[in-house]
Amino acid sequence: MKKSLTHISVVGFVMFALLFGSTSWVQFVTADSLNNNPLNNRRILDQLARDRGPILVDGEKIAYSEPVDDKYKYQRKYGSEGLNPRAYASMTGYYSIVSGASGLERATGDYLSGDSDALFYDKVGSLFTGEQPRGAAVELTIDPEVQQAAWDGLGNQNGAAVAIDPKTGKVLAMASTPGWDPNPIASHDAGEAQAAFEKLNNAEDNPAYNRAIGGNLYPPGSTFKVLVAAAALESGDYQPDSTLNGPAELDLPQTTSTISNSHPGACRNGGNPSLADSLAESCNTSFASLGMDLGEDAIQEQAQKFGFGQEMEIPLKVSPSSFPEDLNPPQLAQSSLGQYEVRSTPMQMAMMTAGIANGGKMMKPQLVDRVLNANTLEPIKENRPQEKSRPVSGKTADQLTTMMEGVVEDGTASVAKMDGTKVAAKTGTAQHGPGAAPHAWFISFAPADDPKVAVAVVVENGGNAGNEAYGATVAGPIAKNMMEAVVEK
Amino acid sequence: MSENPNQAARPRPYRLAELGLLILAIAVATSAYALVGLGVEDTIPANVYQYAAWLAALGLIIHVVVWWKAKYADPVLVPIAVLLNGLGLAMIYRVDLGRDEYQNSGVSQLIWMTLGVALAVGIIIFLGDHRWLRRYTFVSGFAALIFLLLPLIPGLGRTVNGARIWIGVGSMSFQPGEIAKILLAIFFAGYLVSYRDQLVLAGPKILGIRFPRLRDFGPIVIAWVASVGILVFEKDLGTSLLFFGLFVAMLYVATSKVSWIILGLGFFAAGAVAATFLFSHVQQRVSGWLNALTAEEYNKSPGGSYQLVQGLFGMSNGGLTGTGLGEGRPNMVPYAESDFIYASLGEELGMAGLFVILLCYLFIFQRGIKTAQQLRDGFGTLLATGLSFTIALQVFVVVGGVTRLIPLTGLTTPFLAQGGSSLIANWMIIALLLRISDNARRPVEEFHTGVLKITEDPDERTASAREAGNHNDTKRGVEGSDEAPTTNLGAADLDSTGPDEAPTTNLGTTGGER
Repeated sequence: MKKSLTHISVVGFVMFALLFGSTSWVQFVTADSLNNNPLNNRRILDQLARDRGPILVDGEKIAYSEPVDDKYKYQRKYGSEGLNPRAYASMTGYYSIVSGASGLERATGDYLSGDSDALFYDKVGSLFTGEQPRGAAVELTIDPEVQQAAWDGLGNQNGAAVAIDPKTGKVLAMASTPGWDPNPIASHDAGEAQAAFEKLNNAEDNPAYNRAIGGNLYPPGSTFKVLVAAAALESGDYQPDSTLNGPAELDLPQTTSTISNSHPGACRNGGNPSLADSLAESCNTSFASLGMDLGEDAIQEQAQKFGFGQEMEIPLKVSPSSFPEDLNPPQLAQSSLGQYEVRSTPMQMAMMTAGIANGGKMMKPQLVDRVLNANTLEPIKENRPQEKSRPVSGKTADQLTTMMEGVVEDGTASVAKMDGTKVAAKTGTAQHGPGAAPHAWFISFAPADDPKVAVAVVVENGGNAGNEAYGATVAGPIAKNMMEAVVEK
Repeated sequence: MSENPNQAARPRPYRLAELGLLILAIAVATSAYALVGLGVEDTIPANVYQYAAWLAALGLIIHVVVWWKAKYADPVLVPIAVLLNGLGLAMIYRVDLGRDEYQNSGVSQLIWMTLGVALAVGIIIFLGDHRWLRRYTFVSGFAALIFLLLPLIPGLGRTVNGARIWIGVGSMSFQPGEIAKILLAIFFAGYLVSYRDQLVLAGPKILGIRFPRLRDFGPIVIAWVASVGILVFEKDLGTSLLFFGLFVAMLYVATSKVSWIILGLGFFAAGAVAATFLFSHVQQRVSGWLNALTAEEYNKSPGGSYQLVQGLFGMSNGGLTGTGLGEGRPNMVPYAESDFIYASLGEELGMAGLFVILLCYLFIFQRGIKTAQQLRDGFGTLLATGLSFTIALQVFVVVGGVTRLIPLTGLTTPFLAQGGSSLIANWMIIALLLRISDNARRPVEEFHTGVLKITEDPDERTASAREAGNHNDTKRGVEGSDEAPTTNLGAADLDSTGPDEAPTTNLGTTGGER
């Protein structure tokens, strides 16, 4: 019996080995796929019931969880003293029992819920205390004063405004209007939450679009001329004082149509403006012919160096901006003016501006500054500045900076002049379809000699000015206020 | 002999070790209970001291009784049983708190535990020697059959979760199969020790393996018919597998013949496959197992995979370290406190916690087998094997079902699951293992029973010795044990034990059945 007993013992051990195996299989090997199984309703409920970490702006909570006495245990709330939830909704998104999560609630969800691997040591600690791991706090790079300036400036107009610290890539402001309130969508009353969700998504002006980084994107209009100028300087064939062809009207090859300037008549210097002058007065004809001379490939390449065509996560997803392909000369001419099928996000234009401001070194935009332990506020993860690319040489960047200063000193962007601070800027007034009021654009940075902030603003369909709108008059003051919020600190 | 200085290391009782482990087990169980209160209600349960005191009292009573009546019993069995029982209590309380309506099921489980411990204490006190059970071999077999058939009686039997393995009187319900498994282990042990010689006799050789004679197939056929009957009429694969597995394992230990295992497994597989084809409820279980994660099976009601899959989701939610007690959502799984308590524990204690629980069961099994190996009598060896194997097999069937290793069945997780019959039965098993292990590890000179008198005429003398309660013979027996005539006793049961071995091996029943 001794031998057969040993055999039975082995059989028993094998059975237990199988159980250890199957338990590991469920809880370790396939745990992620089970957790993410579409049939699994538990994960959502679990996360809802968790003490989710707050989203912080300059130490204040813009989104946070408050204990309540119902089955979800915590109520998600948005906004606090001095922080308007509507002004931040395009960043925070919502966290809902019916609609899941959007915005940063989704993009940084693993941190907020405490699921992230970066929080491992916290989780080990809570293993001993028996406590549910608490979500981490996510601190944004946003400067509330700049954000407020953007929000106030856009006001009741639809549009977006982005401010970036050129040296670090920190996003100082990111506003999208119309704003919306995430609070009703986070209601624990499923019917109320559902109704609020549907109202947001069916609203006329699409408030759910984050116009700063997504939505339908905009033709960048004349702000794109900065990029064409960059391509020209980078080609080595042009200098800021190179003479261009800027007549009152430019005949487009292969067609009967023409391109004209926004102001009547030929451009400076009797229709032979320099590259710098062309930018200063936003000469259409000279940039159209410059674009055709440079060729599609050169502009396309320059656009891609600035980030066109690339998806980006900041960690919100930024829609890729695009420069069209396979263009015939008239299309190329129009595209060189940021018209035709050129499409851009304000984030892209702000990033480009920041890249020029930072001497040709373009930093990766980041919206999350730090992840903190929600109790102790000790940092768990800090986002260091990351260089994204070098779209232009230092020399080109300096030349572009000087040229953009000229736009403010002696050009279309004089509205952005600040006492004692040099400002570099470019305006844009983007046509987009017959009869539609143009989108008003403004990109700028300041101080030009030591940049602290780069800004891109777009006001949809001319905003309150409608057909009378110009980038300088409608978007310019908003950009100026945002820059001042940084510079005058 | 006791004066012999050359005596190899005398077995030690290890009672203090048991006490230490027991205090640890009670501390863990009480902490778990307190953490459940903290987790669910943010406050330690008000009655935590009464709870701890109650648990400690139960543990200490059984500890003292073991010290008094079974001094050499295995020291880890009681602490492990208390630990598992305590974890089960905490989880039952936790699931109860998660309900919309509190049912006080933790308290009723604690009462069942008290009953179970009382029965165990009774067994240790009044069952002086496990070999006495051998005289009830056929009574046990008959009683087991009755218990197994009880759920089939109309009006008495109850169908829970598709399986008809329950009986109910009024609001009380009971799983008679839990008691039947102990009775069956006694029956198999007694039967096999008497008839194994016949079963060992060689028959025809097929494919190089010698099979038994056809006429000796009787017992295995009966066991097979009974287990397939359970599968078909009581609709429970788990119970069926448990009894048949128990039988085959004990048969193999008794005969050492691989052919029995092959035959047994072959029979069972054939029966199970046939049942799968013939009966829709078995098909449902198998399909709910194979295609568990499809929306079709998940949403099928009744008989779909909802429960299984919810259990898997709970466990995966727990992950490696669990959500913490009171922090998960075990209540989403139907029967979270009984059939699926393993998944509930997995969710809140994580894989780490489940590994500890599995290790506890593995310990019980390993100690049981070790006891069987140390024993000097065939009946005890078989009984210890059967009892410990039934726990291992039951854990395998339940946990395998919950973790989707095998199709789901309606068995309970020993010591953990809510349910009186299961708890009582498992405490009885622990008591029997304690009693047997005491016998296995006790040094010869400390035997107080008249068992030694079986040297002359085993069966009758055992009985008469017990009836007389005559302890005076013991001394004579011990003294006589150094002498030749007693040395061959019991030896026939143990392959490696020859007459020339140390006299300490000579105790126990004789192998002289022939």
